Amino acid sequence: MKRGLFTVETNEQLAPGTFRMVLTGDTSAITGPGQFVNIALEGKFLRRPISVCDWAEGSLTIIYKVVGKGTDQMSRMPAGTELDILTGLGNGYDLDKSGDTPLLIGGGAGIPPMFALAKKLLAQGKKPAVILGFNKAEELFLEEAFQALGMPVTVATADGSLGVKGFVTDAMPDGGYTHIYTCGPEPMLKAVYNKSVTSGQFSFEERMGCGFGACMGCTCKTKYGNKRICREGPVLEKEEIIW
Amino acid sequence: MVKTAVTLSGVRLDNPVIPASGTFGFGYEFAQWYDINCLGAISVKGTTREPRFGNPAPRIAETPGGMLNAVGLQNPGIDKVVAEELPKLREIYHKPILANISGFSLDEFVECCAKADASPHTNIIEVNVSCPNVHHGGMSFGTDPNMVYNVTKSVKEVCKKPVYVKLSPNVTDIVSIAKACEEGGADGLSLINTLMGMRLDIKKRKPILANLTGGLSGPAVFPVAVRMIWQVYEAVKLPIIGMGGVQTAEDVIELMLAGATAVQVGAANLVNPYACKEIIDNLPAVMERLGIQDITEIIGGAH
Repeated sequence: MKRGLFTVETNEQLAPGTFRMVLTGDTSAITGPGQFVNIALEGKFLRRPISVCDWAEGSLTIIYKVVGKGTDQMSRMPAGTELDILTGLGNGYDLDKSGDTPLLIGGGAGIPPMFALAKKLLAQGKKPAVILGFNKAEELFLEEAFQALGMPVTVATADGSLGVKGFVTDAMPDGGYTHIYTCGPEPMLKAVYNKSVTSGQFSFEERMGCGFGACMGCTCKTKYGNKRICREGPVLEKEEIIW
Repeated sequence: MVKTAVTLSGVRLDNPVIPASGTFGFGYEFAQWYDINCLGAISVKGTTREPRFGNPAPRIAETPGGMLNAVGLQNPGIDKVVAEELPKLREIYHKPILANISGFSLDEFVECCAKADASPHTNIIEVNVSCPNVHHGGMSFGTDPNMVYNVTKSVKEVCKKPVYVKLSPNVTDIVSIAKACEEGGADGLSLINTLMGMRLDIKKRKPILANLTGGLSGPAVFPVAVRMIWQVYEAVKLPIIGMGGVQTAEDVIELMLAGATAVQVGAANLVNPYACKEIIDNLPAVMERLGIQDITEIIGGAH
């Protein structure tokens, strides 16, 4: 965990209400895909937790959806804006459990962390596939970026305006994958949980106070005891989840 | 060199800054950000007899100038705190510790305070009769002078260490509560706990917090803290640990001028993990700027 000053390099709209922000700063505290950062905003008391989409030495990419005043404020930040950010928060995805052909499933704002995860898995010689879920075609983002990594990409839209009509679970195969990695709204996670036939890792969202384990604001119950979404999470193992 | 040390009922603190209970866990999360031995003392997470999960999520809501929390005293229970958490904290921290105790019955307060008092790792027992987020306990003990008197008196009978009673601001007359603590034999007072508040989700047309209400903290409550510390300082002779929305070294000075001997920092720790350290680092320069040689000179100095 580290606190650092980051500078906005680019901040562009990918789809209506969805933005990609690339920042420069010290990313040395980020240890794996599925972690998040916590961003201080002028005039807001609490920070905004946002998942890491991708990172490199000195560079951080986040993709965020405008859901309230804080993210709206972010969407209007010009290049050069300085942000106070806590990095390296949470336990990300465990890559060792992937097997050879893991299936990645992202829904809406849960898609971004799948990107760095896919890159890491590919770098290890694994053959991941990804399913991206949206409500409608105009919300689409990152499809080409995943394709450019050279992996199979399936898109599902709830209204059928693009790809498979329905939810990500309608695009899920009945088998043939070795592990599930997923992030998205809780009803989607639950549907994936019910349909999945292998082990898996599920990334959860909760309202947080601090983001680093101090306030106990985001604690949830698991089969292995109480866990803080910000600290022991946001990624939980399938076997420990209580629905 | 200015002098920043203060004394709470015989317990010496290098400086008056204490992270407030519930915002600092049992310290070790913050030890990953900085050496926590720079702190005046630590008030650890509020503890009850039984382990508690606390309230269902969501437990946190943002507010203008602060936040609501409805964690509801999540803790591992007094036995585990004494046997595991405090020894673990002591491995990395050698300054004073305030055990923060809450309960749902007089018996529970007495049992937990006795166990906390018997631990070699505690220095002050902070009795939390003011948690707004639990039902049939917590704050209901701290809003009635008779009940707060009974808790104080009973706890004092089983404690050898100084007993500080943590007061709720959710009362009509905090002075009568403070006097009841004094009559019950309290060694000092901590104030203020959070103010009960509520937010609604206007899209869902429902309360944001699953508990419906939560405790308001952050800079929004600072003027309420100043006022209540001022009133209590006028009415009782007990040392006061002041808290409520403190964010800066200047805020520490202000609460001390109102009557506090030491100051706790709460919600600020959650948005800036370095909050306490930065306040402590800035304090000498702020004192010099204000012409304060010894910080104990200014306790109640505005009266």
